[in-house]
Amino acid sequence: MRITRHPILQFPKKDPVPFFYNGEKLYGIEGDTIASALHANGVKKLSESINLKRPRGFYCAIGNCASCDMEVDGKTNVRTCITPLKAGMEVKTQKGKGRLHGN
Amino acid sequence: MIERDGIASENMVKAEFPTKEELQKPKAVIECYKRIPCNPCETSCPFDAITVGEDINERPVIDFDKCTGCGICVYNCPGLAITVFQLQDDEVLMKIPYEFQPLPEEGTEVNVVNRAGERITKGTVHKVQAGKRQNKTALLHVSVPAEHLYEAITIEVIPHEE
Amino acid sequence: MVTRECVVVGGGPAGLTAAKELLEAGAQVTIVDRNERLGGQLTKQTHMFFGSEKQYASHRGIDILEYLVQDLGTYGDRLEILTNTTVVAFYQDKVLGCLKDEKYFKIKAESVIIATGASEKALPFENNDLPGVYAAGAVQTLMNEYGIKPGRKVLMVGSGNIGLIVAYQLLQAGVEVKALVEAADRIGGYLVHASKIRRLGVPILPRTSIKRAEGKDAVEAAEIWSLDENWQGIPGTEKTIDVDTICIAVGLSPLTELLQQAGGRVEYVRELGGNVPLLDENYRTSVEKIYACGDVANIEEASSAMVEGRITGITAAQDLGHEVENAAFRIKALQHELHDLRAGPPGEKVRQGLKKREVLA
Repeated sequence: MRITRHPILQFPKKDPVPFFYNGEKLYGIEGDTIASALHANGVKKLSESINLKRPRGFYCAIGNCASCDMEVDGKTNVRTCITPLKAGMEVKTQKGKGRLHGN
Repeated sequence: MIERDGIASENMVKAEFPTKEELQKPKAVIECYKRIPCNPCETSCPFDAITVGEDINERPVIDFDKCTGCGICVYNCPGLAITVFQLQDDEVLMKIPYEFQPLPEEGTEVNVVNRAGERITKGTVHKVQAGKRQNKTALLHVSVPAEHLYEAITIEVIPHEE
Repeated sequence: MVTRECVVVGGGPAGLTAAKELLEAGAQVTIVDRNERLGGQLTKQTHMFFGSEKQYASHRGIDILEYLVQDLGTYGDRLEILTNTTVVAFYQDKVLGCLKDEKYFKIKAESVIIATGASEKALPFENNDLPGVYAAGAVQTLMNEYGIKPGRKVLMVGSGNIGLIVAYQLLQAGVEVKALVEAADRIGGYLVHASKIRRLGVPILPRTSIKRAEGKDAVEAAEIWSLDENWQGIPGTEKTIDVDTICIAVGLSPLTELLQQAGGRVEYVRELGGNVPLLDENYRTSVEKIYACGDVANIEEASSAMVEGRITGITAAQDLGHEVENAAFRIKALQHELHDLRAGPPGEKVRQGLKKREVLA
């Protein structure tokens, strides 16, 4: 799903960044956010709604709507659409409400 | 109606064209049908052939005596609303703006479409201008049979090979 | 807590031009932006802008961003840029609470310019929460910033400039746009944008809207239907389109929360995008030395945001006691630019909205 050829923009090859999604090893590239890396890997469902467990993905992609919240390295409610991907990150589908860090 | 589907009617299109005599030399045809705040066509023309005026919302007016069909306005128009046409024997030579990759190769055959996106004929790409001056809006020189003068507008996007 | 002379919240087109004017007048300026880099919406705008030479017409948004950033280059340590920094609170004594890398700190500012832009509206329809239903700007971000296709087949909802432009950019990214639907009986944005996508084979369907999205874990199809003159769906006109992405381009809403926290008056003006700050003609809000410009002030184009930013910067600089050469003349010329941008049919809505705001202020 990555764009390789574009009439206006350049998308040079970038170094792969390994990370874990629900235990599975995936690769993003340098410059990805967590959500964009997941999307490039075909993962559109990022979380589940609290009561009805409906699948949720991102909506606004710039940090306004919180639809993309996931659990990252143990922390919940992380807005994955604006959080830069770092090597080794453990990303999990957030189910239900998050817990305050440290609780 | 153009306000409903984005397609200019035959009469609207013909009203922007010069005469067939004038078209023996290349001429720009500007299809900017609604008033919007914009004037790069005027400011980019090296021959002062296009006038928008003090109020940048005015529709551009072209002086076909001054227009040489150079095509500079074609790749400066933010709306990609300008095309150069020239009648040469039984063909019409067009200069069209194109912002897709891959660019067609010179000498190849392409599918030419009308303003509704319908394929109407085949055309030949004679030249591709895609240098720094064009700033990523390439100028394609395409010839089609002359009978399509008022219908042909652009080429079908050449698909990526993935 | 640190003290600063002028803090510009938001490094998009309005914030950047405001900062430039302030710096030029001798002020110290701190630009705070929650993104990794400056530019706001300009970072994704690959198309050529309209307007006149003064607003860089025919230059691409991404290139205009370079010019604006270069413009900020010569002020040494009078300019402070804080990226990846979110202003999370704006207290009434002009203290800004900022969050960067999980660290919270406060800035006390003498003067603040709110240039926070706007957020995309959502559209209510069945299953509009399915992954694959994205705001149009989100799709633009995904494609033009991260180089990722949002899907393979898209339905675009909305024919304002954003819908028309993003549909074109989807085609440029190699994505198929199955159709563009518009609830009104006519195209909302510039006709040249509409003609561009029409001749590339994208059907534009007026008086049509989306009824529901279908799919289990993500969008697999969209059901559209025709609307009557009262904007109601007409049963029996439903059609299913095979798409995996539904792009919503139904308008923007100014992000005025920070201004409201600081006590700035905000009123509802539909034509300007919803709840907008009450402003004088030089972008002063109802609180002394707090200003608002760009999309947060009124939903418009980046070209007008840049001009508004300049007027605001000059005004803020003067209010701080700095001298601005030819200020009155320059502001008049800039107001004239705005007037020109708004004088034609596309500017009518904003003109009406501005009149309403003037009455309320």
